[in-house]
Amino acid sequence: MTRDLYRTVRLIRRFEERAIEFVRSGEIVGGIHPYIGQEAVAAGVCAALRPSDVITSTHRGHGHVLARGADPARLLAELMGRESGLNKGRGGSMHAADFGLGILGANAIVGAAGSIATGAAWAHRRQGRDTVAATFFGDGAMNEGMLLEAFNLAALWRVPVIFVCENNGYATTMPVASAVAGSITGRARAFGIPAFTVDGQDPEKVLAATASGVDRARAGKGPTFLECTTYRFDAHHTFEHRTRLTYRSTEEVSAGWSRDPVEIQGARVAAAERAAVDAEVEALLDAAAGSALGSAHPDPAAALEYLYASPEVMR
Amino acid sequence: MKLSYLKALNRALGDAMADDPAVFLLGEDIRVAASSLTAGLLGRFGPDRVLDTPLSEQAFTNFATGAALAGMRPVIEFQIPSLLFLVFEQIANQAHKFSLMTGGQCKVPVTYVVPGSGSRTGWAGQHSDHPYSLFAHVGVKTVVPATPADAYGLLVSAIRDDDPVVVFAPSGALGIRDDLDFGTLVPVPLGVGRVARPGSDVTVVALGHLVQDALSVADELSGVGISVEVFDPRTVYPLDVDGLTTSLARTRRLVVIDDSNRTSGFAAEVLAVAAERCEFDSPPRRVTRPDGAVLPFALALDRAVQPGRDHLVTAIHAVLEKS
Repeated sequence: MTRDLYRTVRLIRRFEERAIEFVRSGEIVGGIHPYIGQEAVAAGVCAALRPSDVITSTHRGHGHVLARGADPARLLAELMGRESGLNKGRGGSMHAADFGLGILGANAIVGAAGSIATGAAWAHRRQGRDTVAATFFGDGAMNEGMLLEAFNLAALWRVPVIFVCENNGYATTMPVASAVAGSITGRARAFGIPAFTVDGQDPEKVLAATASGVDRARAGKGPTFLECTTYRFDAHHTFEHRTRLTYRSTEEVSAGWSRDPVEIQGARVAAAERAAVDAEVEALLDAAAGSALGSAHPDPAAALEYLYASPEVMR
Repeated sequence: MKLSYLKALNRALGDAMADDPAVFLLGEDIRVAASSLTAGLLGRFGPDRVLDTPLSEQAFTNFATGAALAGMRPVIEFQIPSLLFLVFEQIANQAHKFSLMTGGQCKVPVTYVVPGSGSRTGWAGQHSDHPYSLFAHVGVKTVVPATPADAYGLLVSAIRDDDPVVVFAPSGALGIRDDLDFGTLVPVPLGVGRVARPGSDVTVVALGHLVQDALSVADELSGVGISVEVFDPRTVYPLDVDGLTTSLARTRRLVVIDDSNRTSGFAAEVLAVAAERCEFDSPPRRVTRPDGAVLPFALALDRAVQPGRDHLVTAIHAVLEKS
């Protein structure tokens, strides 16, 4: 598991670094929200799940999708708007989904996916399955009423869902201290949901906390809330690379890098094994880039394909 | 047997739940059936399939989307039409977009039912809207049945459809009772209108409770030698363009009566579709709520901003005189 967690954080890091290059070169249009710095959260949470479980993700979602096992080539192709993308180029960076892996989609509306995950988890249980849902969101989402409503429904109905708050300190540029009255875990506890603050830079700590929440959920005891304290090393969105917003100091960002999840987990892996993982990840991403760049662009004539699941009544 | 519109909706829910264990209901005060829509269903299907929700419309609308992604067919009752404004994001931006945005990986078969849409007489500004045009505009399948048989048939079809569908049951139609053999109740396909009354001089397009008004006006005008055809599209989106143009090819005159605000409302769309495809003997007319109308409370004011029979008669005379 030590090695696997390292591989996951390394894969996410290198995927994101390469994706930023593809934004700069114009292969990815519209930019991305890089997950760099937060990799331990996705890696730890997803490592605690079974293949039959489900997740929902956010606008900063590549890490979740990769940690859940999606094919990097198809994710990269999705970011490039190609036909071989996870969503056939119809979703892009903020909507990557792979239903075959229980990835019910990244969601571009902050706070929206918590209630979707709650409904999905409830429905799985209703159908006799022991599925657990993990739903990711940021500190910004803690001020969305829709998410607070979801906490209430999940607690009332003992829904098997793990609420994963990635507190990276900022809602875009708004510091959490200026945005959240009271405390983040206090809000979850107010609904009777057990809530814990976890070191979100350490994948093993995230994994351990998630695993106990998952056990609790599978035992029918309802939701758990995890506040994973983390730090976004890069931009809110790649547009920041051009606009150079000044909402945090270079000293603060440097301090963030001092707790790099890739180094924290990498230090637990023997040097030779780490080098082997790194080489395997590079080869995988080289192949992913080749595959994505070689994939067809969707046909404009099919721009509204998939708009309806029951298209026969449309004319 | 007499069957009321509201009872027909209730029967459709019961039949859909009996047919498919994936169908379940959620909403506010539905176990006691405050609106009567869900009467008897708690006893018949149990609390697992008739879910009373807290007043959390945004979360429980997304909750239904999540349940649909996991294989269920949720039906949400909204007690008040204006609640649809509160969950417009969850329907238009979430449920509706999942199929395309995921490249067809999933479906979201959720049905949203509003028993008592439009003016309810005395419920004032925030309980009296009729926002079906908004859902048509964003491409969400939307129906407004006019009769008990259509209320049954369209609700059944909405639940069976693999996409989100909004079902508006106008307050003014809920009490309509028709003599029906229950065995004749069948699903009514989405997107197919009906000629509610054949005629030759003018086509009146009407939806929901306004179909009754249009039929009354047609009766009245037949006494003075005017033959009115009443076309009920039944589905707002997708509109039955073929049914509409077939009727207009016969009558070459058009009046639309529509309980929407005027600008960008359903009537505007019908006029535009007709203008693109048909030739007229006189300019078409529409009878609607005024632009940007907020329904005032006092009864006389409430009635003053709703499209009614008098306005319809005036509009019909206008299109006939200009021929």
